[in-house]
Amino acid sequence: MKRFVPLVAITLALLLALVGCQQAPKVLKVAVLAPLSGPVPTFGVSTRDGALLAIDEWNAKGGVLKLKITPIVEDSQCTPDPAVNAANKVINQDKVHYIVGEVCSKASIPISEIANAAKVIQISPTSTNPTVTVDKNGNTKPYIFRACFIDPFQGKVGATFAVNNLKAKKAFLMLDQGNAYVIGLSQNFEATFTQLGGTIIGKENYTSTDTDFSAILAKIKAAKPDVVYLPDYYNIVNLVTKQAKEKGITAPFMGGDGWDSSDLDVKASDNGYYSNHYDASDPRPEVQNFLKAYGDKYKDASGKPIVPDALATLAYDATNLLLQAIQNAGADNTDKVKAAMEGISFNAVSGKVTFDAQHNPVKGAVIIHVKGGKKLFDSFVAP
Amino acid sequence: MPVNNDAPAAVPALVRKNRAPLAWVGNGFLILLAVYAAYILLSNLVRSPILFFQNVLDGLKLGFVYALIALGYTMVYGIVKLINFAHGDVFMVGAFTSFYAVAQYNLHRWPEMLFPGIPTGISVVVGSLTVILLSMVVCTILAVTIERVAYKPLRDAPRIAALITAIGVSFFLEFFGALQFVFSPRFIPYKSPFDTVAWYIQDGIHPIVSGQASPDNTISFSNIFLIILAASVLVQLFLQFLVRRTKIGVAMRATSFDKPTARLMGISVDRVISFTFAIGAAFAGLGGVLYAIAYASIWTQLGILPGLKAFVAAVLGGIGSLPGAFVGALIMGQAEALTMSYISTPMRDAVAFTILIIVLLVRPTGIFGEPAGEKA
Repeated sequence: MKRFVPLVAITLALLLALVGCQQAPKVLKVAVLAPLSGPVPTFGVSTRDGALLAIDEWNAKGGVLKLKITPIVEDSQCTPDPAVNAANKVINQDKVHYIVGEVCSKASIPISEIANAAKVIQISPTSTNPTVTVDKNGNTKPYIFRACFIDPFQGKVGATFAVNNLKAKKAFLMLDQGNAYVIGLSQNFEATFTQLGGTIIGKENYTSTDTDFSAILAKIKAAKPDVVYLPDYYNIVNLVTKQAKEKGITAPFMGGDGWDSSDLDVKASDNGYYSNHYDASDPRPEVQNFLKAYGDKYKDASGKPIVPDALATLAYDATNLLLQAIQNAGADNTDKVKAAMEGISFNAVSGKVTFDAQHNPVKGAVIIHVKGGKKLFDSFVAP
Repeated sequence: MPVNNDAPAAVPALVRKNRAPLAWVGNGFLILLAVYAAYILLSNLVRSPILFFQNVLDGLKLGFVYALIALGYTMVYGIVKLINFAHGDVFMVGAFTSFYAVAQYNLHRWPEMLFPGIPTGISVVVGSLTVILLSMVVCTILAVTIERVAYKPLRDAPRIAALITAIGVSFFLEFFGALQFVFSPRFIPYKSPFDTVAWYIQDGIHPIVSGQASPDNTISFSNIFLIILAASVLVQLFLQFLVRRTKIGVAMRATSFDKPTARLMGISVDRVISFTFAIGAAFAGLGGVLYAIAYASIWTQLGILPGLKAFVAAVLGGIGSLPGAFVGALIMGQAEALTMSYISTPMRDAVAFTILIIVLLVRPTGIFGEPAGEKA
């Protein structure tokens, strides 16, 4: 008889807990996977902040489908293994159906495999490699979307700008041989540049942990290109442009949205250009309203409102697209939301967004010029 | 009693007497590799000598920084027969200390702030020296702490235990430093205590002005290169003086030769060992600051590759020998720069560690290394 008492007590406790569970309020869980540590943490923080701002705004308006939205933020470190772990955790443990993430293509690609197989919708704010939404057979992954233009478009924009605006005929490419993002932009730049009549006079590889680029820069100096395409992240750009200035290289450096960071050394990368998703001086009301809302919520160490960078903007857009699609679908059902997303037409901060057959948005790009210690809006290139 | 009359072990392994026939395959491969490398170098030297000398200069820049780190490895090994893998991370801590001193506390401007009328040149020099000295002091304290906490208790344990501990301390410094509240895992753009200025040589030395291209086919160098050169040479001379002419130097040499007897002679062995760690770490800290000024992006795993390459340099030169570490480091720097230019940049690490393998195969005691002599 004595042995049964604890057993009965435990069973009662469990039953009570189960009953208690069922009475918990229903929420809509949205996972935000961002690289809060690793090589590009400023990207991660911006992404998280943009996504959380969008979620807060929706919650203030009553949530989506009359449910409160609960964000679950995980650190995927812009690296495949931590990203896979984070994705598995939010899908299997937290039972999330919607993921906003990741920033880096090399992390988004493995996440997309897992999410697609689990019928979880993933919208990447900033991964530009085409294979995030398209598998190796060329079929679109049904549950995966992105909010930004893709590498082919960025490389194309860069080459078009170099030929038309910089009047460049000879280009030199520098690429990190282990980074899918860099390789993607580089290949597309090369294709468009040669198509428009230019020649690539040199192509040099390096690795992501390199610090000394003197050999490559010596080759660049000898080759005298009109433009050097360096579509890598800001940490490498800082090193390369500083050493280039020390070697007396004046050819302008060009890159992609990986340059966009508060940690970019504007002195070293002076006279550099990069393609980006948005610029704060765009007068459209969506942009200005977003700037004000972001600045009200996020202040820097001295109390000044922070101006959102492209990553925060795209995360904001991605989250809004997702929540609007859920609202349009009318149910927390990923198949219905997927269909709603495919047909959506949304005025995002980074431009009017509709999705094409590969679940990529159709929208334009901005070219930023780094001059005199500032990042200035140069021109807008349409899709 | 028969006296040991074996051929001295200093004779290179290639000429060992009873080698198996298949050893020719291995030796032949190494000889072919050497010939091929020489061919690449000579043909490039002839084809474009200016570029070759530019690469040599870049190699010297790397080599002298590796020399500063390799000295620490070689001295510590000489005294306690321990390969201190945490040395590269002390180098990293030096870089970070100087970053925080400059970026958060503006320490490099203290002469200007205390004495407003002081000329900028003097202010910059004094401020930078203060930052460097602070980094050296912090690294010294760190290394002595590591030695007392992690290595001293294992002094009588098998050497593998101390080696594994060294690796553990290395990982601890890297990943503890990567925590958000310590250094954070970011690649931090380094703020230098002074600006780098560059010059090019063509009919005299002219400064490279930002925004203007320097003429082609000229050799360029920067002020940080000269500072690294001067610092490394001065450190080497200082250490030679220290080890040869001072009492503590004699104590260090005695301890490395025979520890128990040194103790019997009245030398405080613990203090000598701590002093060795301290000196090695101070110069690693100096190297860290100079490396960060030259390559202005720091992160907590900054010390891994330069530390490993400096270790290879120390082995190459003969671990335990100070001039050996210096020469080995210069060779490593040259190998790296020339590989980056004439083979490809990603191959430079492969070549650096291939050198390690070749050294261990052909002449494990290194260039200046002395084989373990027989103690009567």
